[in-house]
Amino acid sequence: MSTEFVDNDRKPVGYGRMLRKEDPRFVRGKGRFIDDVQLPGMLHLALLRAPIAHGRILGVDTTAAEAHPKVKLVVTGAMLAERGLAWMPTMSGDVQAVLATDKVRFQGQEVAFVVAEDRYAARDALELIDVEYEQLPAVANVRTALDPAAPVIRDDLAGKTDNHCFDWETGDRAATEAAFADADVVVSQDMVYPRVHPAPLETCGAVADYDAVDGGLTLWCTTQAPHAHRTLYALVSGLPEHMIRVISPDIGGGFGNKVPIYPGYVCAIVASLLTGEPVKWTEDRSENLTSTAFARDYIMHGELAATRDGRILAIRTRVLADHGAFNGVAAPTNYPAGFFGVFTGSYDIRAAYCAMTAVYTNKAPGGVAYSCSFRITEAVYLIERLVDCLAFELELDPVELRLANLLRPEQFPYTTRTGWVYDSGNYEATLREALRIADYDGLRREQRDKRARGELMGIGVSFFTEAVGAGPRRDMDIMGLGMADGAELRVHPTGKAVLRVSCQTQGQGHETTFAQIVAEEIGIPPADIKVVHGDTDQTPFGLGTYGSRSTSVSGAAAAMVARKVRDKARLIASAMLEISVADLVWDKGSFAVVGDPTSCVTIQDIAMHAHGTGELPDGVEGSLEAQVHYNPENLTYPNGAYICVVDVDPDTAVVTVRRFVAVDDCGTRINPMIIEGQVHRGLTDGVGMALMEMIAFDDDGNCLSGSLMDYLLPSALEVPDWQTGFTVTPSPHHPIGAKGVGESATVGSPPAVVNAVMDALKPYGLRHADMPLTPSRLWEAMRGNPQPPV
Amino acid sequence: MTGLYEEIREEPAADVPVRRVSITVNGAKRTADVEPRLLLAHLLRQGFTLTGTHVGCDTTNCGACTVLLDGQPVKSCTMLAVQADGHEVTTVEGLAGPSELHPIQEGFSDEHGLQCGFCTPGMMLAAKALLETNPDPTEDEVRWALSGNLCRCTGYQNIVKSILWAARKLQSQAGT
Repeated sequence: MSTEFVDNDRKPVGYGRMLRKEDPRFVRGKGRFIDDVQLPGMLHLALLRAPIAHGRILGVDTTAAEAHPKVKLVVTGAMLAERGLAWMPTMSGDVQAVLATDKVRFQGQEVAFVVAEDRYAARDALELIDVEYEQLPAVANVRTALDPAAPVIRDDLAGKTDNHCFDWETGDRAATEAAFADADVVVSQDMVYPRVHPAPLETCGAVADYDAVDGGLTLWCTTQAPHAHRTLYALVSGLPEHMIRVISPDIGGGFGNKVPIYPGYVCAIVASLLTGEPVKWTEDRSENLTSTAFARDYIMHGELAATRDGRILAIRTRVLADHGAFNGVAAPTNYPAGFFGVFTGSYDIRAAYCAMTAVYTNKAPGGVAYSCSFRITEAVYLIERLVDCLAFELELDPVELRLANLLRPEQFPYTTRTGWVYDSGNYEATLREALRIADYDGLRREQRDKRARGELMGIGVSFFTEAVGAGPRRDMDIMGLGMADGAELRVHPTGKAVLRVSCQTQGQGHETTFAQIVAEEIGIPPADIKVVHGDTDQTPFGLGTYGSRSTSVSGAAAAMVARKVRDKARLIASAMLEISVADLVWDKGSFAVVGDPTSCVTIQDIAMHAHGTGELPDGVEGSLEAQVHYNPENLTYPNGAYICVVDVDPDTAVVTVRRFVAVDDCGTRINPMIIEGQVHRGLTDGVGMALMEMIAFDDDGNCLSGSLMDYLLPSALEVPDWQTGFTVTPSPHHPIGAKGVGESATVGSPPAVVNAVMDALKPYGLRHADMPLTPSRLWEAMRGNPQPPV
Repeated sequence: MTGLYEEIREEPAADVPVRRVSITVNGAKRTADVEPRLLLAHLLRQGFTLTGTHVGCDTTNCGACTVLLDGQPVKSCTMLAVQADGHEVTTVEGLAGPSELHPIQEGFSDEHGLQCGFCTPGMMLAAKALLETNPDPTEDEVRWALSGNLCRCTGYQNIVKSILWAARKLQSQAGT
């Protein structure tokens, strides 16, 4: 299965391990992140936030704040309402308050802002604003949100009398009911994927600079989707789109947190419009955790129907989704539950059905973030936990159960019972590679020995299929913007090139790998190719980076634009060599006459000729450049097999992740070094989510995890050395056969960790406990008191 | 005064006392008038425009603001600028000159020990402090030394490899 990839030391052009072009600036402290941006006259904005989760605003007194000698401006919701800017559209067709006007709906919600000469003064002035609230009962527990007596959160919506957000279903209900009725075995399990937060190390921020002379707005902003943001600002603000320039500088991690438009961005723009000066807003960590896009919060009831010998027949699930106070889910318009529909996973299941209800609660908005690939984290967790529950009931080895049900290579392209068309996969080979690396049989022997001694060792397996690269514009859009991506390639006279792309790296290495894609296609060394991204004035339109869509969509665009340039270069080469194009052969980097390799011109020769005074073929213009806009025909479906080994201390319930084997198949591998780094990241996410991370609330809607003191992120001590492997099953529809991979490990690893812990606790007869499996929660579960996290 | 001239405000300034501090930053003496409440991280970033030092949290957990104070790693978000008065501070910008790289910087690049780059300066300074006291650390010792520095991108493994790479290079340099 595996394909050899040569080191770029030996092969300087194209795919392979290549050190990153972006590293030299970062290791010198010369990256340029949002808070590094300093402009002449720049002012600082700070947001006043609600101290309670639900309450009516009776009055806001800003007199004392305005009197502060360093304060330039204080703005309340009422003042924004006069300008029609108190509310903004979300990416899911709902509206969200920029600054609260009538009432506050979650703790940490934006109520007013101050603009001052420096950030300390701005924070001082927040303390001087006096807001009078009439506290209302909060809906903190999603399970009670639809009770008739529950307070109505969204009374801003006309006629709204409850907290219902939307219903959604997929699959064939009748066929699924029938399959369950005939099954030998049915396992059902309630499980919660708790609310977590992507917590990029750099928080969100913006610098807005409105130029009153030309009416132009420049917005430096932590955005993963600069072009989409520009269009939305144009639609909301009324500023003409050509006068809005969004610049996404270096971004200190995104993980989906930096896809939505936040009130802070809008406030910074308003503040710059009103003051005529550049205005910077950077949130602190507690603001990031309590008010920006959370992830997950799916309360799931799952069921599997199977034969007694372990053939999975059908899957059925009900989901209660907590969306917070505003539906801010960043997902394609037709997919309010994202791609949760892939919950049939990697298995040949004949019937499937899901019914989902989403509700409003008095919590921050979000849902789709944290490398979830539009809810696939939840889908994979559901199926992979259910398969283990079935193995538990049938007393089967979870690997054997998976091997018996995995899709076979000849079934691809495979249409699931919920309508997803998986492009390619060789699942058994991928799983067997993981078993080989882990020495699975040896691990089971070790476990038998340890169990005999009373030690708790667990082995957890997960096999996942991802769906990334949104998406075909016939049915995927964000607020009406089709999910295609552009690329523009210019080759300069001396054969150096600039590639401009619409995706926006947040550390995933696009400046390196996109140069490698172009290098592979036209033979210019990656070092000679500059990759430009993040500036909407300079780059072609596209939807940005999230959902592991860069390689799948923008990467395809980069390959296609390079091929377009190569096609033109072939015409020019034919003129230079005075021979027909049919007699030219391409050898990466040059065109030669068939049968006469000494008669050749390099791409650099061609570039100079194209810009020079020499003859060009009829109809061919000078210069060597092209632009494409790539509309994918399908998503890509990378997959992987993960094996986690844990030890559990029987006295303290402390879980130690001892080993983790991850075998990923993302098709063609552009840069194995970078893929491995992406996988390491996601595996760490998995350990964090499974064992440590949760955004919790008390009954009054107070956020209990609003800082890194309580929202625990793994350090170097909580994670093991990762063992990675790979197989290569290219995507047949992708120009270079590459699939996305950035989120695979975040999607695939949490169930592997939980499965491992449950496997360790088999002697306790415990089949399931909800994440995070912190020592206290697990200790209770081991004593027969498993508690859901909310 | 910070430049050729300083504008004088007509209205009285906020009633905040100011103290003069002198700090040797990356080998050069820097003097500034600061409010006593000003965090060292902010003086370095905004005052001295050394923006390689980052701020990732508000509770002293993440370590992105780690600098060396007289050679010891400190979280500059949890230190007042006035407390650094008279001390030597090393930031990422002081690790090496514009053309060459410190072996730790080389190690991070060679072993892919960074992705978004936001934790990198703090990580490298924590590593520098470690290698100066323990030039041949074990992997466990490296992990322990980094436990005050959070990274959201790398999963730590390549950071550990980067630091071990640097340790080998520094030792071979010391041996020649």
